[in-house]
Amino acid sequence: MAVAVTLSFLIPLAGTLVLALSAGRLGPRASAVIGVGSVGLAALATLWAVLAHRGVSEGVTLWSWITVGDFQPTIGLAMDGLSLVMMSVITGVGFLIHLFAAWYMTGEEGITRFYAWMNLFVFSMLLLVLSDNLLLLFLGWEGVGLCSYGLIGYYYHNTANGQAAFKAFVVTRIGDVFLALGLFLIFMEMGTLDIATVLARAPELWEQGGTTANLAALLMLGGALGKSAQVPLHTWLPDAMAGPTPVSALIHAATMVTAGVYLIARLNGLFLLAPDVLLLVGVIGAVSLLLAAFAALAQTDIKRVLAYSTMSQIGYMFVALGVGAFDAAIFHLVTHAFFKALLFLSAGAVIISCHHEQDMRRLGGLWRKLPVAYGGFIVGGASLVALPLVTAGFFSKDEILWQAMAADHSGLLIAGLLGALLTGVYTVRLVLGTFHGEPGSNHVRHPEPGTSLFTHHLPLAVLAILSTFIGAWLYPGLEELFPASPGEAVQAGHTLLQVLAMGAAIAGLVLAAWLFLWQRDWLAAKIRGGVGRRLWSLWHHAWGFDALFDRMLVRPWQLLVKYLRVDLVNLAMNLPALLARALNAGLVRSQNGRVRTYALAMVLGTTVILVALVLAPGGGT
Amino acid sequence: MTGIPVEHGLILAVILFCLGLVGLMLRRNMLFVLMSLEVMLNSAALAFIVGATAWSQPEGQAMFLLVITLAAAEASVGLALMIQLYQRFRTLDLNVINRMRG
Amino acid sequence: MILVWLILIPFLGGLLCWQAERWGEQVPRWIALGTMLFVLVISGLLWWSGEFSVPGVGGTQWMLEWRAPWIPRFGIELHLALDGLSLILVALTGFLGALAVLCSWHEIAERIGFFHLNLLFILGGVVGVFLALDLFLFFLFWEMMLVPMYFLIALWGHSGSPGQTRIRAATRFFIYTQASGLLMLVAIIALVFVHYSTTGELSFSYGVLLNADVPEPVAFWLMLGFFIAFAVKLPVVPFHGWLPDAHAQAPTAGSVDLAGILLKTAAYGILRFALPLFPEQSQAFAPVAMTLGLVGIIYGAVLACGQQDIKRLIAYTSISHMGFVLIGLYSGSELAIQGAIVLMVAHAFSSAGLFILSGQLYERIHTRDMRVMGGLWGRIPVLPGFTLCFVAASLGMPATANFVGEFMVLFGTFPNAPVTVVIASAGLVLAAIYSLLLMQRVHYGPEYRTGALAGPDARESGMMLVLLVTTLAVGLYPQPLLDTTAAVAGPVAELFSNGADLIARAGEVN
Repeated sequence: MAVAVTLSFLIPLAGTLVLALSAGRLGPRASAVIGVGSVGLAALATLWAVLAHRGVSEGVTLWSWITVGDFQPTIGLAMDGLSLVMMSVITGVGFLIHLFAAWYMTGEEGITRFYAWMNLFVFSMLLLVLSDNLLLLFLGWEGVGLCSYGLIGYYYHNTANGQAAFKAFVVTRIGDVFLALGLFLIFMEMGTLDIATVLARAPELWEQGGTTANLAALLMLGGALGKSAQVPLHTWLPDAMAGPTPVSALIHAATMVTAGVYLIARLNGLFLLAPDVLLLVGVIGAVSLLLAAFAALAQTDIKRVLAYSTMSQIGYMFVALGVGAFDAAIFHLVTHAFFKALLFLSAGAVIISCHHEQDMRRLGGLWRKLPVAYGGFIVGGASLVALPLVTAGFFSKDEILWQAMAADHSGLLIAGLLGALLTGVYTVRLVLGTFHGEPGSNHVRHPEPGTSLFTHHLPLAVLAILSTFIGAWLYPGLEELFPASPGEAVQAGHTLLQVLAMGAAIAGLVLAAWLFLWQRDWLAAKIRGGVGRRLWSLWHHAWGFDALFDRMLVRPWQLLVKYLRVDLVNLAMNLPALLARALNAGLVRSQNGRVRTYALAMVLGTTVILVALVLAPGGGT
Repeated sequence: MTGIPVEHGLILAVILFCLGLVGLMLRRNMLFVLMSLEVMLNSAALAFIVGATAWSQPEGQAMFLLVITLAAAEASVGLALMIQLYQRFRTLDLNVINRMRG
Repeated sequence: MILVWLILIPFLGGLLCWQAERWGEQVPRWIALGTMLFVLVISGLLWWSGEFSVPGVGGTQWMLEWRAPWIPRFGIELHLALDGLSLILVALTGFLGALAVLCSWHEIAERIGFFHLNLLFILGGVVGVFLALDLFLFFLFWEMMLVPMYFLIALWGHSGSPGQTRIRAATRFFIYTQASGLLMLVAIIALVFVHYSTTGELSFSYGVLLNADVPEPVAFWLMLGFFIAFAVKLPVVPFHGWLPDAHAQAPTAGSVDLAGILLKTAAYGILRFALPLFPEQSQAFAPVAMTLGLVGIIYGAVLACGQQDIKRLIAYTSISHMGFVLIGLYSGSELAIQGAIVLMVAHAFSSAGLFILSGQLYERIHTRDMRVMGGLWGRIPVLPGFTLCFVAASLGMPATANFVGEFMVLFGTFPNAPVTVVIASAGLVLAAIYSLLLMQRVHYGPEYRTGALAGPDARESGMMLVLLVTTLAVGLYPQPLLDTTAAVAGPVAELFSNGADLIARAGEVN
């Protein structure tokens, strides 16, 4: 099993190396074969590992990384149910997305670079979920950030893309610094970074709800917020949609953004020691899910709708973590990876077919012409909305809401239900705006649907199947890995909750249908003026966080840089030089080469000396 | 040689020295500068003579001879330089010749 | 004797290069390359044959020692010795020296022989600094590095914008380092005489002075003298003024040597001399030094963001990185000191990589002004990829050597000075900003001019690959390096822990 796991991340790494070292000598076809093939092999290796898994955790240390005194992080892997589930998602969904990318990226320049980054991403992400110590986890954590940077800025010609990439990296890096500080704290307190040891020692060393435990959990949470795009470090995610759509599907929907959820679930023991912080996780999740759901209502770019929807769904996972239902969070992580990847890839299919058009106002009426993409949207959307019983999303979201109810967090529960309703509304708006009505512009009237069976239809079809209840069945359940969730103790009210959740989802759909089908003119009028317009603008700009940060942080920073640019300290150090120069300017005037002046000076000097000698005490005698 | 008091001789020497100094500082023509220098040297020599006579010491006479020699050497070098300068610049005005810019 | 040869080889090679120009243009280059590779190979062999994790010959820390009388009247000796730290840095000198020769292969077209003479004399001086154990000899080599560096900048440098001429930069470099060197000379002589007045023994020997009993207020001022001398060279804000100019105006080889090796002599000096000679005073001074390090991290990062000249940007990032080194050295933790050593090596690789890359860019587009770059990703093959790698190293991406160094420093310092570490960690975000800003301005965005440019040839990509592989190797398996320097870092860290109660006492001195 250790061999399989090691292979699973070494093969993508080898793919990256081959692609990067080819230095552009490989043709697009060869690049695609290597790029997709390596992830395919990694998926096979993962399958082997899953089949070999006997339900016990195994570890393997490849080599010891650094050894100085107590500081002994290793390059070591830990394989348990959680890492296997994550691996399966990363390589499985990742392979499908790579396959789709082979269709999506046809004809783009720099294919080799694309696959090199994608493979490197898969490698880093696998390392992140497999590492047995926090420093190696941090390696993967930063690695996925770098790959995200490289892929968001893939279309480098456009300055905005570069800036989006820059923003994504820097904002997540802020979170990463919190994570790093958390590592420093944990190492100082525990003398180790090994995750299993940390979790074992934490309850012995730290008291429940103590300051240190709270601080450590808080710092970890900071890291998770950055990567998982939760309030207030969420502003990078919508801009990150500048990258190619497969990138959005893989990195910004299925895997990397859920790394924060993985981290908290992995360190569950630490968070359980800090109940206040754990509650904060839930509250942040609830706030994020609502903020993002409202923001998704008012977007016109289909990818941005999906981005906010991702943020909202991760908010659900955070709610689950917050109430101590770690298993539910991972369950939703998995189903979300399926249906959100499907939605993104379907969106990608629409975008390529419509010649890179992704604005809903210019799309429309496509459902007959792009049946495969439409199907993907319907299935994925249904799962996102959590349509009862037939979709994967229903089971996982219902589990989260049930746990929130069982844990007696009515606030989180209400936020979740409201979020479910809003999800219905924005999803219907997305589908209607893209596929129904009249085309908004001429070049959308004649789309070119994808025809490739293997690289276009197959990934969409597989993901569509996984987005139904089949996907939910595939999830093995990890209850034995995590502390008991609140829902295990109580059973009362589960049915009531399921009815409520179904009601919320269906109410959302009905409301959306009413709004967008029967009351379109009324809605349009409302948005055009007054409060409606202001709300629309507020939601469209996602509650103005960007403007706030721009004013609070970015501009002061730019001013600081601008004024310090000339290096004031250095100028101060130039003062001695300036002084010397001034003295020089004064004294140089006396050396004018006129003998007569020199003689005069000499006479004056002699006189002064003589007078001084005469007047001096005891002089003149 | 008792007719002239020492003071008179010394006062003459001082007056001559001051005249030379003033000439050195005020004249711009190099010829006059050289002449002023000669006057100053000779005033010093005069002071030696006066001193030597007053105290009947031979060293003063010796110093006088030395000063004469020095003055001759100085005058010859100075005049030679002056001729060179005149040939090069066609003027003896020191301010014009001065190339130093402070 | 092998130590003498380590120093002599670069000097002899330099003289040979100078004379060899008459045989052809390429000859000095090959000779210089061979010389530096020879140094590298010798240090490699020494490392291979040595055992560094335990004390060396005669119970001392030195692996190899060589001494001969020089000026016995003043107790001055030719005393050379080598331990793990020296060895690593000498090997680094050989490595970066070879790279410096390689990267100026096409850049330098006139007075080739004399150029290589200067280059090799710098490197010879640096090797001397790393090996000298007699304080007078140390000072001699310390000053010997400066003159050829001055010529390197003044004769082969670029003149940038008006008012930023190479002569000015060279002069500034010279004055800063010379003044600081004199300060160190004063401190050395004062130390020797204080020792003489108490024991009656006149000696410049490191081993003797280590045990010198210096009375309290004098010791503090002497420590300060050493510290400032090294702080100028490191450089520590506010003594950093020479660095950006020197880097921006120097030829690529000069920048590589400056950033890669010359800055390291300062860190080496602190580790070898300032800390062990005055342990108690250094410990009392540690908070100030760490604060200066913090200021350097933040200030260097802020200024790096505002630069338009690519080499100035990299120069300011050096200031930021050296701040981490300074914090690590004064943290009094073995982990952090080891981290500082790793970071010294890592920074040598990453900054050398970036400087060589900007030299290669300059050869292609003849400017260092980032305002007229942009969109180069589409115009030059391969180079942008390398740039991204070194930018990633510079921002401390895990798996690169810089990450190992920075994080060991931070991990080690955190228990002693948590607030310092918290602020220094903010420097990690700033590092991301300035590093990616470089990437952004040079390679992203619309193309400023069109037309494809030549990709790197075998020499250029070879250099980059070697640097990159070394960076990754140290990043993923730093243990051989750590084992080599463990015997040095451990005792220095103990110096601090022995005098924990001295902080209060030295506070009164302040």
